[in-house]
Amino acid sequence: MIKITKELIDEHGINNEEYNFILESLNREPTITELGIFSAMWSEHCSYKSSKTWLKKLPTSNDKVIQGPGENAGVIDLGNGDAAVFKMESHNHPSFIEPYQGAATGVGGIMRDVFTMGARPVALLNSIRFGDVKNTKTKHLLTGVVSGIGGYGNCMGVPTVGGEVEFNSCYNDNILVNAMCVGIAKINKIFYSKASGIGNSVVYVGSKTGRDGIHGATMASAEFDDSSDEKRPTVQVGDPFAEKLLLEACLELMKEDIIIAIQDMGAAGLTSSAVEMASKGNVGIDLNLDNLPCRETFMTAYEMMLSESQERMLMIIEPEKEKEAKSVFDKWGLDFATIGVLTDTNRIIINHENEKKADIPLNILESGAPSYDRPYKIVTNSEIDQSYLLKSDEKVINILRKLISSPNLCSRRWVWEQYDHMVMNDTVLRPGGDSAIIRIHDTNKALAVCSDSTPRYCAADPIEGGKQVVAESWRNITSVGAKPIAITDCMNFGNPEKEEIMGQFAGVITGMIEACKILDYPVVSGNVSLYNETNGKGINPTPAIGGVGLLDSLDHFSTPSIKRENDNIIILGETKGHLCQSIYAYEIFGDSKGLPPKVDLLMEKKIGDTVRDLVKKLKIDTVHDISDGGLLIALTEMSVAGNIGFNLNINQKNLNNGFLFGEDQGRYIILVEDKNLSETIEYIKKNNISYSSIGKSYGKKIKIDKNNEADIEEIRDLYENWFENYLKVN
Amino acid sequence: MEISVIVFPGSNCDRDIAVSLKKFSKQNPKMIWHKERSLPKSDLIVLPGGFSYGDYLRCGSMAANSPIMSEVIKNAESGAYIIGICNGFQILTETNLLPGTLIRNRELSFICKNLSLKVENSETGFTHKYSNKEIIEIPVAHNEGNYFADKNIIDNIEDKNLIAFRYCDENGLVNDETNPNGSKNNIAGIINEKGNILGMMPHPERATDKTAGLIDGEKFFISILESIQ
Repeated sequence: MIKITKELIDEHGINNEEYNFILESLNREPTITELGIFSAMWSEHCSYKSSKTWLKKLPTSNDKVIQGPGENAGVIDLGNGDAAVFKMESHNHPSFIEPYQGAATGVGGIMRDVFTMGARPVALLNSIRFGDVKNTKTKHLLTGVVSGIGGYGNCMGVPTVGGEVEFNSCYNDNILVNAMCVGIAKINKIFYSKASGIGNSVVYVGSKTGRDGIHGATMASAEFDDSSDEKRPTVQVGDPFAEKLLLEACLELMKEDIIIAIQDMGAAGLTSSAVEMASKGNVGIDLNLDNLPCRETFMTAYEMMLSESQERMLMIIEPEKEKEAKSVFDKWGLDFATIGVLTDTNRIIINHENEKKADIPLNILESGAPSYDRPYKIVTNSEIDQSYLLKSDEKVINILRKLISSPNLCSRRWVWEQYDHMVMNDTVLRPGGDSAIIRIHDTNKALAVCSDSTPRYCAADPIEGGKQVVAESWRNITSVGAKPIAITDCMNFGNPEKEEIMGQFAGVITGMIEACKILDYPVVSGNVSLYNETNGKGINPTPAIGGVGLLDSLDHFSTPSIKRENDNIIILGETKGHLCQSIYAYEIFGDSKGLPPKVDLLMEKKIGDTVRDLVKKLKIDTVHDISDGGLLIALTEMSVAGNIGFNLNINQKNLNNGFLFGEDQGRYIILVEDKNLSETIEYIKKNNISYSSIGKSYGKKIKIDKNNEADIEEIRDLYENWFENYLKVN
Repeated sequence: MEISVIVFPGSNCDRDIAVSLKKFSKQNPKMIWHKERSLPKSDLIVLPGGFSYGDYLRCGSMAANSPIMSEVIKNAESGAYIIGICNGFQILTETNLLPGTLIRNRELSFICKNLSLKVENSETGFTHKYSNKEIIEIPVAHNEGNYFADKNIIDNIEDKNLIAFRYCDENGLVNDETNPNGSKNNIAGIINEKGNILGMMPHPERATDKTAGLIDGEKFFISILESIQ
């Protein structure tokens, strides 16, 4: 028997107070298996101990929400008996240690969260962040992560349709890999994780258990240091083929009335799935690990309980239906093993080789889990006079050339061409726009999906940044003409034990709450990743938001590409020329001082609702929101996408770098044919929305004024080739 | 007419091809699980795209040894039309129903994009609705699409006009720059000498639906369905 020493307790990330609580509750010293279980369940990753007091405050319902946070994924109603099931999750630490496998298993894990609920995955998105492009590790991490994401999703046959990529030195030693999956299910066929029925069987299906990923959840809850590379053995290895089989087998079995409850084995593996399923159902669970399918010999109970081997599920079924269920998994060549039974003890009891390895009352694992109301201090930048940013000797057209070919604004084509974004044949709008559009198979309806974050705003002002990330997501869904319904959030922050980091978290959540309420855009699922620090330096606060919206009909939607010459270019929303925290300020002046642009949520809602009306009622088909890089970047993107240029017609006294590159929020560009112009303007005026007409689409040149013009072809080369050029040079 | 689609573990374009076949034939194809040892009488057999057996070994090599494949080979020998798309093409080369092999893309990364193809031979059972040298746009999505064979084989398929499709640009230019994956002679799809077996890397089933973007695959399906009527 292994003696529980102080060192062992420390290694498990359990503090004194927590350990004393374990001693009191059990009334004895824990076994090593029990210590492992406590460590995993009480890790930040599984218990949300630092974040849950704040997460509870987020709005989580509206008239479309069927299931909010607390399940494997969130569920919303799409009408006609269809539901969308979706979630975003982080896989940051493993991806830094082993980028291909870390990213691949991140994608695999999030898909299991979705199909465990009975949904067929129909879209994958991601949000990935790397260090400075000059950092020696960046190329290796970028190529590894991108091929890992593609490797898993492509093999599964689920299209990867959207995402974002950012480079910033704050991620040098702590990259972020957030993966999102959206699935479609029938509302009356959604499966939950709440175990029920004393005497029912606990069934293990999927791949065999190995020693990979042991303590992954604990690793994900610790800061990194220079020895982190030594943690490579804790990174799980993905097998997308096994997952494809698991997906088909689960969906096949789900057609029958056999599964009572089901949950995937994600972070903390068998431990968290067994504990969470039993706790939710208010029952007990007895496991006999002698029956557990293992791929390595001599595995201990400790290792089996904490392994994070991938592509595994835990199900509750009635004993008399085991045979029928097993035949489905046999067909797909997957393991099926009855490893336990539900009891009325409200305890988790684990036996292995005729020995009781663990016996813990479930209530102390779940509800007894620690929760900290950590002290926090919300720190914002001070406001500064931005006039120095207006003065640049560089010609506007040269600034455009520089920005459009900068790492954070250039085209992501190199990335998404490595993802199969068309399989399933329902991708109506491919990556590269504001949102991707995915048809709901065999219908004329569609989902709009996007993933976004603006960490530099959150760092400069957490509350405004929190508002902005939600508003930006809402705007991207709106830009294609869809109605935003709900979001999933993946909250990536530094060490919450530091007041300022906790203040970033509290501030961002505060801003998000306000935006979610006003925009009626609640959070239905999500994930928190804290301790994203290396050697004491934290990342920018990065709340990645995955948005889902609904297009009632594919007859009318909008895309960013310019479609005709001589359309009128109209800006909706007010342009004040806010340059602080803009990409322009960073790229041209190397400046990151001052406050981010403010978000006026009521105006945001009014303008967005109008845009949707214009798309639906007045058949406006060309819309793009104005975000990173400002107006001129947005318009240039539209031009490159449609291969049609533009002529701006702006009064010279208004034509300054604030107007062209400022990042004022709540703005859209729409293009309007002459014949619809008066009706469109009338509608905009009726809704009291400020607008300006700034020129027309025309020719093959981007023309700001007589001194500033360029061929689209030249700009396209700058825009589209950054990644290839970056990766070519050794 | 009877159409069968073979489903291997890891196939993932089986539904997409079934949707396209149904659209033009007005009937559901039979979906045949790889473990079957008999095949219903079929005029057309399709091996769909995907990652059969995870493609952990050489792409298509495991699937080529599935129980159903001996039936597919028998049917091929007796003249049934066979189409292999993407992973299906790889399987056809592994069974030697078609010559050559498909190796890793020249740039060593997965490619998913629309590409222009030139219809090199519009007198096959699969392509007769296209005009000769017609330029069409069809997507690819593969990691191992780089067609390779020794000089004798390439000379033979060139001489006998067995190349169905070649990668090109929108003006029909065939050269190294318009070659997306390093394939010999820009080969995107070939037929056998008897003319009843076609393998191609591009996905015509992804180009039959205006809403999803492209429609140049329509003539492909109309051609083959007319051929088996």
